[in-house]
Amino acid sequence: MTNAQLEIQVILVLVAVACALPGVFLVLRKMALISDAISHSILPGIVIGFFITQDLASPWLILMATLTGVLTVVLVEYIQKTGLVKEDTAIGLVFPSLFSLGVILIARNAGDVHLDLDAVLLGEVAFAPFNRWMYGGIDLGPKSLWMIGTILGVSILLLLLFYKELKIATFDTGLAASLGFAPVGIHYGLMTISSVTTVGAFDAIGAILVVAFMIVPAACVYLLTTNLKKMLVWSSLVGVFSSIVGYWVAHVLDASIAGTIATLLGLLFFVVYLFAPNKGYISQWYRTKQQKTEVAMLVFMLHLANHQEEENERNIDHLQEHINWTKQRAKKVLKLANQNNMIAINSRIINLTPKGLSFTQQAVTYISENKNSELEGIKNDFFLFRG
Amino acid sequence: MEQYIYLLMSDYTLQIITLGTAMLGALCGMLGSFAVLRKQSLLGDAIAHASLPGIAIVFLVLGVKNNNGLLLGALLSGLVSAVFIKGIISKTHLKSDTALGVVLSTFFGFGMLLLTYIQKSPNANQSGLEKYLFGQAATLLAEDVWLMSMITGVALFVVLLFWKEFKMVLFDVDFTKTLGFHVKFIDTLMTSFIVIAIVMGLQTVGVVLMSAMLLAPAAAARQWTHSLSKMVFLAGIFGGVSGVLGTAISASANNLSTGPVIVLIATFFVMISFVFSPTRGLLFRQIKLWKNRNDLKLMKTLLFMYNLAKDHENISHPHKILLLNNFQGYTRKSLKRLESEELIQLNKDDWALTQKGFNTAENLYTNQ
Repeated sequence: MTNAQLEIQVILVLVAVACALPGVFLVLRKMALISDAISHSILPGIVIGFFITQDLASPWLILMATLTGVLTVVLVEYIQKTGLVKEDTAIGLVFPSLFSLGVILIARNAGDVHLDLDAVLLGEVAFAPFNRWMYGGIDLGPKSLWMIGTILGVSILLLLLFYKELKIATFDTGLAASLGFAPVGIHYGLMTISSVTTVGAFDAIGAILVVAFMIVPAACVYLLTTNLKKMLVWSSLVGVFSSIVGYWVAHVLDASIAGTIATLLGLLFFVVYLFAPNKGYISQWYRTKQQKTEVAMLVFMLHLANHQEEENERNIDHLQEHINWTKQRAKKVLKLANQNNMIAINSRIINLTPKGLSFTQQAVTYISENKNSELEGIKNDFFLFRG
Repeated sequence: MEQYIYLLMSDYTLQIITLGTAMLGALCGMLGSFAVLRKQSLLGDAIAHASLPGIAIVFLVLGVKNNNGLLLGALLSGLVSAVFIKGIISKTHLKSDTALGVVLSTFFGFGMLLLTYIQKSPNANQSGLEKYLFGQAATLLAEDVWLMSMITGVALFVVLLFWKEFKMVLFDVDFTKTLGFHVKFIDTLMTSFIVIAIVMGLQTVGVVLMSAMLLAPAAAARQWTHSLSKMVFLAGIFGGVSGVLGTAISASANNLSTGPVIVLIATFFVMISFVFSPTRGLLFRQIKLWKNRNDLKLMKTLLFMYNLAKDHENISHPHKILLLNNFQGYTRKSLKRLESEELIQLNKDDWALTQKGFNTAENLYTNQ
């Protein structure tokens, strides 16, 4: 591993963590797409900053671009407040127009601005080690390493200082306001951090893939845990892992590093999406199926309870025509009820056992009254209402 | 301007491009109305980004260089991404914004991976992404415009055919279900046409700006009407006009790419609509606010007069205007206005309530 390779990996890891931390809050606050909007609309800020400084890693450029990012949020919120269009439409109106302004600014000044649009949108971390920070003849390392390192340091510091405030403002804005935590200030603080991070990350991984670095780790981890601290730690780890593995995969494939990392993140998300316990696709699908059978069993038992007098309604051969189930379904329901000792089959006539009868009565009371206070107790009695 | 019209009359390429952008604008505006009303505005953005791997696969893996083949790839990739987005939203507790963000960025990243891997150039700058990212209206050919017009025709036909169903799904999904309509089918049909519109626009305005093409005309049209048919029609017009004007401006100036100019013009329409719409506009709202405030002040003055006058036997007994000094809510102008509405009579330094004014003031509290 050469020195440059090591530097690239360190930059990627720093970018991943710096993006993952605000990303968690964006996902929790349902503002994931704000990061998409910011990442596009910083373009005019970058162009104007580049005009002045001619250096993609200069602090002035970062300042200008961050201001445009915050301006995006302000504009989006202003449009939302007028109520003329829905929230997501406001986002979709603001960022393309700011982006268009940026594109036109570049095109009009093509002679003066040697700024490649692709470089802004797609980035290229492989070039990062070439732009070094020299101080008095001493090589201090790549500029972007320092830049993203500083941004990460500041956001970790702010996170530690304002963790409690952020947490409350994220989950209960009203409570945060009544406790005097100024949720608006926290909101704009978070937006500023997101903008700064996007700006700091774009020349390494490109503006579009900043979204992947911010949102995907948080989305993955959100399917696995609901503990904020764990989410922060784990989404950082997911980012770090994908960055390092992605770097080497890209190295082997000789492909875009950022693209490979994003693909890896996507695969990771897909695996979590399928297999996450409780919240994944498969466990959801299984639970839905289970609940369907359980509800069907309850319906069946209600039917039995309603027809205690008429034997022919309870004949096992007539089930299909009376309840209108397929044969397979009827069998499954019958088996489930039998296993739980809810019914007894006596010469092809189905009878409710005492347990089944009390279960049915309880269910009827529950359904007809359905008060929250009773829900807790009934959850333990009824396997039906678990989860 | 004259020069441009002359150019438009004589230059075949310009005619084609103008026709193409106009058609695209109209198509996007029309279908965008549905996206905006379903609160799926940003679905377009996600699908546009997510079409990259499809293009990459068709272009680089299968070796197809034909434009329509690329569009087909983009279409398939866009549809797959739409399925993923729906799956994430319906099966997990992640919200739609997260689902869109995840799909948008990872699909785009995968597309980049494919393009750079197959071209064996880790530098994405060389992989010809530019055309796809920002679109190049200048590359529109007559056959592209033909395809566009055909698709616009089909879309128009389908929209008209399923008008009633679309409308119901937009405004009341549950009601539509209870009437026995196949909501899933209608939903898929609508999403598919939105994806088609996006794919058609990729070549002209590019990935990044596609969402604005879809949203802006519809958002502008929404401000002027409460009727769906009028909104769809207006959005089509706004989109078409943005296309024509955008092409005109970018053709008559140097170094102006068409896509961004079209988007800025469409955004300009949105701003105008936000401010000047006669029923919903911000200006109108502000004027109404001022008017209400004035009316309230006027009524306060009238009430004060009523309280003075009701102690007299003759309600039209004149009082000095100076008396009103204790109460600051009057000006010459407001008194004039009260007089013009025949609520009071003015006579030099005196004012007197009329019978009408007395009755109005008396009913102020009860007539709320």
